Amino acid sequence: MFEIVERKMIVPNLHLLVVHAPDVVEEIQPGQFVIVHAGEGSERIPLSAADWDHETGTLSIVFMEVGTSTGRLALLEPGDAIPTVVGPLGKPTEIDHFGTVICIGGCFGMGSIFPVVRALKEKGNKVITIMEGRSKNLLYWEEKLARYSDRVIKLTRDGSYGYKGHIKKGDDIIRETGIKPNRVIANGCMTLSYKTTQEYAHFDVPVMVTLNTIMIDGTGMCGVCRCTVNGEMKFACVDGPEFDGRLVDWEELAKRRQQYVGEEAFLVHHSGCGGI
Amino acid sequence: MLVKKRFLFIILDVEEYNMAEKKTSRFERVEMPKQPPYIRRRNFAEVALGYTPEMAVKEAKRCIDCKKPVCIDGCPVEIDIPGFIRCIAAEDFSGSIKILKEKNCLPAVCGRVCPQEEQCEIKCILGKKGTPVAIGRLERFAAEWEASQGKIELPEIKLNTGKKVLVIGSGPAGITVAGDLILAGHDVTMVEALHEPGGVLTYGIPEFRLPGKVVSREINYLQQLGVKLVCNYVVGKTRSLKKILEEYDAVFLGTGAGLPWFMEIPGENLNGVYSANEYLTRVNLMRGFEYPKSYTPVKRHKRVAVVGGGNVAMDCARTALRLGAEEVYIVYRRSQQELPARLEEFENAEEEGVIFHFLTLPEKLIGDENGWLKEIECSRMKLGEPDQSGRRRPIRIDGSEFIMPMDACIVAIGNSPNPIIPQTTPELEVSKNGTIVVDESTGKTSLDRVWAGGDIVTGAATVILAMGAGRISARSMHAYLSTI
Repeated sequence: MFEIVERKMIVPNLHLLVVHAPDVVEEIQPGQFVIVHAGEGSERIPLSAADWDHETGTLSIVFMEVGTSTGRLALLEPGDAIPTVVGPLGKPTEIDHFGTVICIGGCFGMGSIFPVVRALKEKGNKVITIMEGRSKNLLYWEEKLARYSDRVIKLTRDGSYGYKGHIKKGDDIIRETGIKPNRVIANGCMTLSYKTTQEYAHFDVPVMVTLNTIMIDGTGMCGVCRCTVNGEMKFACVDGPEFDGRLVDWEELAKRRQQYVGEEAFLVHHSGCGGI
Repeated sequence: MLVKKRFLFIILDVEEYNMAEKKTSRFERVEMPKQPPYIRRRNFAEVALGYTPEMAVKEAKRCIDCKKPVCIDGCPVEIDIPGFIRCIAAEDFSGSIKILKEKNCLPAVCGRVCPQEEQCEIKCILGKKGTPVAIGRLERFAAEWEASQGKIELPEIKLNTGKKVLVIGSGPAGITVAGDLILAGHDVTMVEALHEPGGVLTYGIPEFRLPGKVVSREINYLQQLGVKLVCNYVVGKTRSLKKILEEYDAVFLGTGAGLPWFMEIPGENLNGVYSANEYLTRVNLMRGFEYPKSYTPVKRHKRVAVVGGGNVAMDCARTALRLGAEEVYIVYRRSQQELPARLEEFENAEEEGVIFHFLTLPEKLIGDENGWLKEIECSRMKLGEPDQSGRRRPIRIDGSEFIMPMDACIVAIGNSPNPIIPQTTPELEVSKNGTIVVDESTGKTSLDRVWAGGDIVTGAATVILAMGAGRISARSMHAYLSTI
């Protein structure tokens, strides 16, 4: 069993989960994920690592409450335990001395981009971090990210904090400064990854995005996470989860992600009270 | 209440169904009661119900106890077959299970899923004049009898040698190695990547063919013997093999055939197209058939095509029926004669209403505007000259294309070995198919102190072959451990 050290809602609907998983922490690298199973009846869900501590053996995860299984995770309290935190899974993000790297995080991705930002900075890169959210109250970890970034650009769609706009605005700002990035890395929902690919492809450098596909085992066994990258079938769990967004078949991916939307909604609405 | 009533119906129907049982002579085996097809095709309860003690004794008495029992030659784990059958005939059931467990730590599993008709039973002398002794059914009976007694007898374990062994993968190969080495007195730990042990026995083989409780019973037995079990541990990811070798004296790799093959035809990423592994894992391991009580959903498609002709394909087709499908097809590119599934599984599937399209090859999966499978385009095939596998090669008949409207397609054409350990252990020698290269007589790999067996070495095969390979490795590992 894996003991919960901390669980709190850091911004509306996004939770920080700190779990004692020393075996996972010993080997983990930026960009990797774990599969979490909250107990009998729950789904196995892939969640990206947002931070870890080698001394205490704790792993931090930021996740969004979207369905019944994540809802169950959102109810955990310190001292509780869950049966499965398995990993680290997937290939780590390639960390090298690239030069200038733009790191983009939105939603849970503001958390999971953090280890990438830290590792890139420690490798001597110039890191420009972009945080994106609907409104000011949905941004978090600004200080943490700023510690390892040369510049942090905040974007909110309603303009309540930082610049007003979506991913495109970040590109405008970077273009104004005349900076030529050597790499773009984005972490967040599929829309953010897709838009980043669209808006930043003109730099003609790799736009690395983390694909959030449906997974079950996370070890290549079931194949539900398959996607098309550069015309080839890839499994996000063992070949990814990070791919160059410019090569991803986004339309197919969007359709595949919709497979169980009906069932997920049913579970959330079907509270057992007899109503719908 | 509803559930109870339904169960009662099943029992009544079974009795009626079995009334038709013919009178048996010495040359005909005692039939095993089964749930009738029209009932079982809609429930997940076990299909075959097992012998009663009377039936088992009657069947056991058919064995003529040959002086030179050839049946043993057919058994990959060399069970003393006449020995345990003799005990059943004498109504010494506890004696029979003792003999079985000397060689096989999974009798309840093997009694159900071994292809006995190609192994021990094919050798039986009685088969020349009639039907061979039902060795598998008797093995299953002995195991069930023991479980029904409530207490399991533990064999005496030799002194602990203090040698540490890690078994990677808790499927049939791993279980055999763990069982053999714990009996030899070694300190055995078995790790599993998923959250429940059993490997393919748990995620793959469906409840109606091998109930989950039978598997957990066998795993419990190993734990009672002293095997330590660690789930949620992916060797190659959670810990590298290299680091593990610093901690353990010997390691066995039994990670199985865990990378599904697809057909490489257009449309395979449409929604409603599954690998057999995904479909079966959703239903078995994640208990999708209990959705919404269990949160992992599984779609209840109306028209389902399963591509492939092995036991896994039969399992998928029969699972789809139980999830409420109206029409389930098996699409297989060769003829019935080449069907790799066990005859028994083919018959069960056919009885339950699975429709077989032999000599048929899917060419293209066609979707609707939302990315869901709508229809499958297939070609008819004919058989040509035998290929390397010895089976006649299927050849496409030009112009024979036709369309089948379909909601779901399950691809059950096999698996490659799981790549995680070979990928993260470059020193380990693998074949071009990705299987681990071993010395056949010992199971030793190219790495010092590392053995391997089961599907990771052979590619997808059967439970008992994996167990046989486990036995070979265990023997060699024990010999090595005794020298250090």
